[in-house]
Amino acid sequence: MNSLAVPTAAVSLQGVTKEFGKGESSTLVLRGVNLDVYYGEITLIVGQSGSGKTTLLSVAAGLLNATSGTVMVLGQDLAALSPKEQVLFRRKNLGFAFQQFNLLPALTACENAAVPLLAAGVNRHEAIHRASLLLDRLGMTHRYNALPSKLSGGEQQRVAFARALIHEPHLVIADEPTSSLDSQTGQLVMELLTSISFSPNRAVIIVTHDDRIFRFGNRIATMSDGIIDHITSHTITPSS
Amino acid sequence: MNFVAFKMLVGDRPKYLGLIFAIGFASFLISQQCSIFCSLMLRTTSQIRDIVDASIWVMDPATLYFDEARPLPDNKLYRVRQVPGVAWAVPLFKGTATMRTDKGNFRAITLFGLDDTSLVGAPPHMLLGRLEDLSLPDAVIIDRDGYKLLYPGEPYKIGREIEMNERRGIIVGICKISRAFNANLVGFTRYSNALDFVGQQRNNMSFVLAQPDPGLSPEVVAQRIKAKTGLMALDWNAFGWKTIWYYMKHTGIPINFGTTIIVGIIVGMVVAGQTFYIFTIENLKQFGALKAIGVTNGTLLRMILLQASIVAFIGYSIGVSMCSFFIMRTTHLPATRGFTIPWQVFVFTAIIIFSIVLLASLASLRKVLVLEPAIVFRG
Repeated sequence: MNSLAVPTAAVSLQGVTKEFGKGESSTLVLRGVNLDVYYGEITLIVGQSGSGKTTLLSVAAGLLNATSGTVMVLGQDLAALSPKEQVLFRRKNLGFAFQQFNLLPALTACENAAVPLLAAGVNRHEAIHRASLLLDRLGMTHRYNALPSKLSGGEQQRVAFARALIHEPHLVIADEPTSSLDSQTGQLVMELLTSISFSPNRAVIIVTHDDRIFRFGNRIATMSDGIIDHITSHTITPSS
Repeated sequence: MNFVAFKMLVGDRPKYLGLIFAIGFASFLISQQCSIFCSLMLRTTSQIRDIVDASIWVMDPATLYFDEARPLPDNKLYRVRQVPGVAWAVPLFKGTATMRTDKGNFRAITLFGLDDTSLVGAPPHMLLGRLEDLSLPDAVIIDRDGYKLLYPGEPYKIGREIEMNERRGIIVGICKISRAFNANLVGFTRYSNALDFVGQQRNNMSFVLAQPDPGLSPEVVAQRIKAKTGLMALDWNAFGWKTIWYYMKHTGIPINFGTTIIVGIIVGMVVAGQTFYIFTIENLKQFGALKAIGVTNGTLLRMILLQASIVAFIGYSIGVSMCSFFIMRTTHLPATRGFTIPWQVFVFTAIIIFSIVLLASLASLRKVLVLEPAIVFRG
């Protein structure tokens, strides 16, 4: 509980800039972002389209390298890692949920959820068994063997959450997790994400436009024109 | 991740089947055309390979291939016999005549005149009659395909009269020989008879067949014959290859078959390449998701190569199976008798097919390897 009382930063961005292109055609998308994301919290990143939310998320996830500044994730300076080490770092420590789910269409729900374990070299039967247990917790017991094309949007997002959490990562990154869902389903999957991902050893970053889910965030960082404009915080618990 | 790669491949059934079809088709085209080409080329040497008694062929130095032998004077036979290391040497006549039956049918025949005493060069398999009956007056043995052409629909029967060069002949045997390159009938008779059937010239001996003394290799003795007589002497294998190279260089056969084989390769590569590329482009976000999740480029490379190998293996298997079926169904027909698939064709086709699929997957592979995983966050 101490970690909640005195939050520790899981992700710390200091003076982060990101520039795309070179010379006259270059575009500065992040203009010196400072942001701390804490263990045991859900941090929402909100803002207008083009404000740099997605780029910030990509930098924090190690999918893009910052042009300047420091990106510390789980105590590790990402710039100090080689590209392959970054991939292995992501595999071990990060979980992803995407706007379009990006499930593999040929794999069943259970197999999709098991992909991070398979990538880590876990035995297929073991991986699928663990995936099925997690899908049970997400209320997908009856849909283990369904292909993504046979799942509703909400079900697909639940499988995507299972995939993001199956390897028990310390940082979960979700990009617009409710934008492809109707209002009611969006609320439901957010409740699930909040309850299942809440852990003192885990931080969650969610990029969203959807103001209906703002209540799920401990902190809401509002971006504008490539910088964090302001941060608001309030205390929530899984039960709330 | 092999399991994921396999399911990604077979999960998209239309593309998977399209790939298999393209590779299978290319594989069939390549293996079938190569087999027919090799079989045809082997046919040019079939009459050389059928003569198993003698291992050295002696001929005029200007001879380019088997079917074009300039007759040698008879004294060359004695000169060959005098070469140290030659165990024995016999003459072989090869000429062309027109054979006519008592029913009026006629066909061109390639007639071999065998040494009267030894009958060296006789057909290896008799279906009806005895080889020794060639010693009978006017005796001729003909091959089974020739018999069927002369007497369509009739059962094998010996003792029938034929006529060549206005001379009477008697069919004393029916033999089985390897299919020759040309469509002529093939007949065997004694050397002295052959000169009468075809018509004597100043020189008549087409080849001298010789055998080295025990313990000496045909190549060594052939060199000695060449040195001592000035004639060309080759072991049967070298003479066979000389004949094959002649047909390769002086006929359009390699170009014809080569073109078809190249078409097979292009079709296979274009269709497989395009399908692989589309498959990858359509799954780019999924590949991006895998990269974001922590799948390394090395693993993705192995996944795509595994998919390529599966497609290549199945397509190759289907293609060569179809080719084998084709050859099995046609190898007994007169026109395609003896057609076979040399083992080298299986290896060659496998190399080509796996190269096609590898090249086809390279374009898409590059796309995946340079893929920025951040693509997954773009709507």
